[in-house]
Amino acid sequence: MTATSIPADRALFEELIPGGGMWSRAIRRHQTLRVVDLEGGANVGLLLYNRDLLLERYNMPDTLKAQHTAFLTKGRALYSDMGRILCSIPEDTCGWHDTICGHGDAAATTARYGEKTYQQHRNELQRNAHDDFLIELGKWGLGKQDLVPNVNLFSKVTADLDGTLRFHEGASRAGSFVDLRAEMNVLVVLNTCPHPLDPSPRYAPKPVRLVLWRSDPPAADDVCRTSRPENARGFLNTERYFV
Amino acid sequence: MPLKESPLDPARALQDVVVPAGEPWLGRIAKGQFFRIVDLEGNQAVDTLFFDAEDPTERYDAALTIRGQGNVYLTTGTALRSTENRVLLTIVADTCGRHDTLGGACSRESNTVRYGQHTKDMHACRDSFLKAVAHAGLPLGKREINCNINFFMNVPVTPEGKLTFEDGVSAGGKYVEMRAERDVLCLISNCPQLNNPCNAYNPTPVRLLVWAAGAA
Repeated sequence: MTATSIPADRALFEELIPGGGMWSRAIRRHQTLRVVDLEGGANVGLLLYNRDLLLERYNMPDTLKAQHTAFLTKGRALYSDMGRILCSIPEDTCGWHDTICGHGDAAATTARYGEKTYQQHRNELQRNAHDDFLIELGKWGLGKQDLVPNVNLFSKVTADLDGTLRFHEGASRAGSFVDLRAEMNVLVVLNTCPHPLDPSPRYAPKPVRLVLWRSDPPAADDVCRTSRPENARGFLNTERYFV
Repeated sequence: MPLKESPLDPARALQDVVVPAGEPWLGRIAKGQFFRIVDLEGNQAVDTLFFDAEDPTERYDAALTIRGQGNVYLTTGTALRSTENRVLLTIVADTCGRHDTLGGACSRESNTVRYGQHTKDMHACRDSFLKAVAHAGLPLGKREINCNINFFMNVPVTPEGKLTFEDGVSAGGKYVEMRAERDVLCLISNCPQLNNPCNAYNPTPVRLLVWAAGAA
């Protein structure tokens, strides 16, 4: 399989999410969700839960310390708080996905961009990631207590030597994509609101295309499994769960 | 790393307790009170969560805290923010210089990933947290035990995005001190991790002190 094409007989469906939009769906183990940054400069706030036991969820510290990394890219995995892998990243043409900055709320969004309500703007209203997350989580019986530090796909934020955070504009080019391969039955909750450190004074969140496709289970030489000894053990824990 | 000492006298503290390695501690700190954690022997990880005392479902938020100050490390001046983006406490003194909030708490499950299956039965912070909240009669559970602070832990993030647990920058007698900006609950697991060189494989006790509002 090439980095860019999904065989037609493997694609299950695709869906366009406009900027500021939100989406949630359960995806089955070994299905892959491809997220495509159509125009460049998209941001996708992402959270993952074990569909079969929603109490198990993506855990930022466990993900980072298992892989000695502060960001996600090809070959890395998104760990749950139970020592298992919810999704892995077998392919990524962007190169850096932020894990440490969380998401913005209504107050921060209004402070940065001003107000844009439904009454005035109908469906061009201004949305924020916090409320988008809460709306989608609510549909699965989840709420504020389940809202944890999220991933921001397509956004690059680094820390200087003294720890100062630095947002890199234009880090994701038009057409870049990331594959999230489900290693468990996962609930995916995402939205396309701006990254909270995006300095742009204009509210202009970008759309993404989601493509769900039928992928193969990770092979023995899979890039995510072999990238670190910790990941080999994480895959083993996950495979034992399904024995 | 700039260091700042506190003028407060331990002899005048309202509370003065020692928490052995591997034990949890749950306490209430009233608005305005000062709360100090002393690393008695050096490089001990003090895994710490804070909750609003009136509504413990409002809890410490690592992402809002680092974004609020634009920096990944905690030290003097850091506002410890809640999930509602309100300030729970402010760090007012720090003789260590840098504390982590990205590394999280150890668990038996994550230990199997980091170190191997042979560590699955070793005591871990998240078990201490769960035991403490199970006995506390509070509306808290696993959902609220997520991203914590690791006082005295040195977890540098490089500009290239590498994250590692390094030898500690702390030493015996170093401390961090906070002022509560609201009534808060503090839940500590004094870390029992035996597999990480950052504490020289030797978890040690810490001392906790609380002073009255207006003491400094």
